[in-house]
Amino acid sequence: MSVLQKEAIHKRTKRKLVINVIARKLFFTSTLFALVTLAILLFRIVTDGIDYISLDFLTGRLSTDVERAGIYGAILGTAWLMLVVTPVTIVIGVGTAIYLELYAKDGKLRSFLQINIRNLAGVPSIVYGILGLTVFVRGLQLGNVILAGGLTMALLILPITIVASSEALQSVPHYVAEASYGMGATKWQTIRHIILPAALPSIITGAILSLSRAIGETAPLIVIGIPALLIPLPGSLFDTFTVLPVQIYYWTLDSTLVAEYANLAAATIIVLLFLLAILNGVAIYIRNKFTHRFE
Amino acid sequence: MGQTIVLKNGRKMGHGTVAKEQALPNSIFKTTDLHVWYGESHALKGISLDIKKREVTAIIGPSGCGKSTFIKTLNRMIDLSDNVKVKGSVYFKGKNIFEPAIQVEQLRTEVGMVFQKANPFPKSIYDNVAYGPRIHGIRNKLLLDEIVEMSLKKAYIWDEVKDRLHENAYRLSGGQQQRLCIARCLAIEPEVILMDEPTSALDPQSTLKIEQLIHTLKEHYAIVIVTHNMQQAERISDKTAFFLNGELIEYNKTKQIFHHPIERRTAAYIHGQFG
Repeated sequence: MSVLQKEAIHKRTKRKLVINVIARKLFFTSTLFALVTLAILLFRIVTDGIDYISLDFLTGRLSTDVERAGIYGAILGTAWLMLVVTPVTIVIGVGTAIYLELYAKDGKLRSFLQINIRNLAGVPSIVYGILGLTVFVRGLQLGNVILAGGLTMALLILPITIVASSEALQSVPHYVAEASYGMGATKWQTIRHIILPAALPSIITGAILSLSRAIGETAPLIVIGIPALLIPLPGSLFDTFTVLPVQIYYWTLDSTLVAEYANLAAATIIVLLFLLAILNGVAIYIRNKFTHRFE
Repeated sequence: MGQTIVLKNGRKMGHGTVAKEQALPNSIFKTTDLHVWYGESHALKGISLDIKKREVTAIIGPSGCGKSTFIKTLNRMIDLSDNVKVKGSVYFKGKNIFEPAIQVEQLRTEVGMVFQKANPFPKSIYDNVAYGPRIHGIRNKLLLDEIVEMSLKKAYIWDEVKDRLHENAYRLSGGQQQRLCIARCLAIEPEVILMDEPTSALDPQSTLKIEQLIHTLKEHYAIVIVTHNMQQAERISDKTAFFLNGELIEYNKTKQIFHHPIERRTAAYIHGQFG
């Protein structure tokens, strides 16, 4: 006599197989929902905007006249902003990650800092805008210039960069570092020649992804005050500026006045998406190509 | 302190007497009443041991008996662990390595280490071997070439890699990686090589190659090897130290330990009755 009741098990198996099929269909549906929404969104933007993209649009100055309006100023502004954000985030972000992962003693202070940095990554971007307004625009009296905007954006993406860099540093197996110490290398030599090179591809990937967040952010810059007016092209860190997402925002806002502004906004979105796609592509390429496999 | 040190001539001595004794002229390492704690756990309990030049010293014992802790203490790799406390002394060529004047980086260039898991750097074969000399300031390309070739030859891996020196080290097989790690260690010209179960992750063929290598290396180096493999200890070592629960139970010539152990527990361990 068998202990297992084969008949009952057989019945239950049938039911489980039905649940199995339902589960697969459910998850497929949710994926489909996300993809369809995205497709509709992209389709609308492309149909609205693609006809407005031309060389003149990309190289033209801002204008109230739809025929003459261009986004050269916004492209230049975004580029200037990145010029500030990139070095600040990478130096401070990677530096902090190195300290936390490789120097700081394992203890309460370290875990307190780590938890708070992770929390900061979830703080709404507008809060960083307020911080930037208080500290850089008013406190340091920089005004609403590129430097102030760049520093604000750098603060916004610092937590993400630190977390990504920390994870990259953690992923370097400790036995590789041990080998270096075992040969009489100092801590800094080990970091400089072994740990950093091994972690670098992931660090760069993380940095590019957080930079692409900075490129797409609008709220903090609105808070520190980006003029909606026609402004001269920026030429230094101390000039006022506008960026692509802010341009999209103002054109969308004013589309109640001039309907075609909505098309200009759509065209600008296409340009912005294209830029972000390139950045993400580079990040994925670096990750696949240069990540070391310790096997 | 119930442990007994058995000296070369077979005389038994309490560890107190051993501590006062002068280092023998061909002694390279001498530990006296060495204690190590990881936090609350007492990992080494008063180890007094004399290690000689041009000899292979095997450390055997069951898992968690302190063998790895012991050799990691010899080049102060133990400093990298959290919450470590050390008492007693370790004399390397007559100097206590725990004195503040000793630079740990300097010590590690004289006491090299090969680890349980082959751990090449994610760099080329050449750069792996050249790493040590480079961090110690050697920039001359010709000199580096020479060191790399010589070290790879000493580790009997030159013929297998001479045409692919600039390939990533992780493309080598496990056994080749471990010999590369030995070559990398030889490149800094240490006097002692510590090996922490260097063949435990390797197939018998690669193990044999490493054992042969150890046999030729002992002409020039003192080798301290931790091993789980009794036959290996018997094959390759001149002296064997048996550790149990952080204590040194017996230390003697390998032949003596394997054929006429003095301690009952040594005999039991060697004959596979525990561990």
